Amino acid sequence: MMLGLMAIIFFNLAANYTENTSLSKLAHYYVEKGPQEIGAANIVTAVVVTYRGLDTLGEVTVLFISAAGVGLLLRRKKAEQNNNHKKINSVKETANTHKSSSEIVETATELLLPMIILFGVYVFLNGHLSPGGGFQGGAIIASGTMFLLLALPKSHISRLLIAITESLSGFSYVVVGVLGVVMAGGFLDNRFISSGTYGNLFSAGAIPLIYSFIGLKVGFELSAVLDRFRKETSNEEDDPV
Amino acid sequence: MSIPVLTLLTIILCIGILVGGLLAVLLDSMLSAVISAGLASLFASVVYVVLAAPDVAMTEASIGSGLTTMIFLYAIRKTQNKNASSVEEK
Repeated sequence: MMLGLMAIIFFNLAANYTENTSLSKLAHYYVEKGPQEIGAANIVTAVVVTYRGLDTLGEVTVLFISAAGVGLLLRRKKAEQNNNHKKINSVKETANTHKSSSEIVETATELLLPMIILFGVYVFLNGHLSPGGGFQGGAIIASGTMFLLLALPKSHISRLLIAITESLSGFSYVVVGVLGVVMAGGFLDNRFISSGTYGNLFSAGAIPLIYSFIGLKVGFELSAVLDRFRKETSNEEDDPV
Repeated sequence: MSIPVLTLLTIILCIGILVGGLLAVLLDSMLSAVISAGLASLFASVVYVVLAAPDVAMTEASIGSGLTTMIFLYAIRKTQNKNASSVEEK
């Protein structure tokens, strides 16, 4: 019955759908004034970082909280599991030893990993010029980390480095936002740095700065989540955090 | 009457999304379900590109089909490990 109801609702939606032929008023404003006011060639970025900057801060916060939650949950489980393991004793110790990857995989990882990370950095540095931005670049960096963890299971990622980079970039993001209040029109206003030439790498005020912080934060957070899952599954001994 | 190539492509991709989603729900094996969910979001990211939203497409491709699949796989392995150990205890 539920399905039938859903079908009726969706049929009505689909039947009454007409495509917008012109932009709405708000979109019109963004398209007209965006390049002049913000100086970003990518209007999506202009909207995400400045006009709706507070929402982006909220998104970053959500991601931070979820990463923290994963860390908290998995750490507690790990402690319990370790206790269990001590009770069970070390019969299945051999079951989870990792096979190291083949030479081809290792060499390819060493070749490709820097390029993937470089591409991620490129994506978030050029967020105001080309499609992409902090979240996308961060996700690409995290994919690089995933690649590393898959190909070289024994590799070790410093959690201290992750924690420091993550908190520093989150903090600087907010600081940049507050600088916007002090030196320009409002929170996360990007115009306290001069706009530069339209379409150059160093243009659009503080947008590259903000997106770099977002990119680093997202990338390291997702890497931390992956690393925690990996650590949890591979039953390694406690590493000091 | 001829259908434009882009429309045809979009339709095929949308069918791909639907098939991927249905498989993700219907398949019994957890592993195949996770993979087909990843496949659905991969198709979705191509649809975003066709619909001129490259920003969203990048996010969908890397997070939806890459990281989420990976995290699900890790989670499956983790839960299965736990089951195995509890069986051993018995």
